Amino acid sequence: MIDVRRHNANFCGEHFLRHCRDQVAKAIRKHQMLQEGDRVLVAVSGGKDSLAVWDILLDLGYEADGLYLGLGIDGYSPESERFARAFAESRGLSLEVVDLPSDYGYDIRSAARASKRVPCSACGLSKRHLFDEAAGRGGYDALATGHNLDDEAAVLFGNVLHWQGEYLGRQQPVLNAGDGFPRKIKPLVRLGEREMAAYCVLSGIDYMVEECPMAVGNKHIGYKEALNSIEERSPGTKHAFYFGFLDRAADLFVPSADDRIAIGACARCGAPTGAEVCAFCHLLERSGGHLPEDAQAVPVKLGRRGPEDL
Amino acid sequence: MIIQLRNPQRTVEMEGPMAVTALLVRLDMPRESVLVIRDGTLVPGDAMLGRDDSIEIRSVISGGAR
Repeated sequence: MIDVRRHNANFCGEHFLRHCRDQVAKAIRKHQMLQEGDRVLVAVSGGKDSLAVWDILLDLGYEADGLYLGLGIDGYSPESERFARAFAESRGLSLEVVDLPSDYGYDIRSAARASKRVPCSACGLSKRHLFDEAAGRGGYDALATGHNLDDEAAVLFGNVLHWQGEYLGRQQPVLNAGDGFPRKIKPLVRLGEREMAAYCVLSGIDYMVEECPMAVGNKHIGYKEALNSIEERSPGTKHAFYFGFLDRAADLFVPSADDRIAIGACARCGAPTGAEVCAFCHLLERSGGHLPEDAQAVPVKLGRRGPEDL
Repeated sequence: MIIQLRNPQRTVEMEGPMAVTALLVRLDMPRESVLVIRDGTLVPGDAMLGRDDSIEIRSVISGGAR
């Protein structure tokens, strides 16, 4: 039995799992994330959200493969990779593993130090670049991530606190493909973090419970704790905050055609970028890393994203 | 009862019986941020925990770059 207070409901195990699948199906349908027959690449971390979204997408009949990115974080990355591999092997799924230290010659700790970024920033930049690249290389129709309602509400909270208009304009459950970027989808936006952990427990999905040591105490977790404190007194607040933003305010932050920068191809790796060299290649340079030996710079198709794609 | 906590991993002992909600208040843990697990199954907020129970309180908050 699990209580979901924002729905004022108690579910038995069977109906809770159905509730999770229904919420994902509803998010996919309402936000036009996927069409029947689409091939999906799932960004897998070994944590509850990415394994749950992979499991549910398969359950809903989508063809979904996984990509795990080894970040080279001692005491964390080897263990999280083990959970990702175990999940894939137990279900006979395809999981590609990219390892930053062995494939690119750097790790998150060294990249953060060299680039003077916080570790989560260097990590996010690496993930976005490599997941996008893999989705394009594999010809997938969409890249799915495990962002849930708590993630989106916390990011929105931070962006509103600092009025980050550019980020607010991109905070959508789906970003359509364009400018060489794959379509990005967040099928878990209608489900909270506690629901995803419960989904894994009830489904028998073994996941990495321990938090990344580099994320402990970061701003994002602080925002989540603040929102959970409000949610405790007023269930449904996170849902109202996030979906209220999508319904009533998100369009205000979408940049006009004149404000959008032209996207070209990175001179080194071919990834889409608004500069001559993309941010990932700059990070590689500062960290003493390198592109894989078999990598080839493939210019992306040039163009601009339409307003509906941002 | 014996309570296993995660992030960081540690174990504490408390006197039972006690309701789940009361235990979380004692530990200053928002219900929205944790799952309570006993014998591999989820325990609802209004359930009673026995003095000999062994339970896990699992944080569900994750952060960092996603």
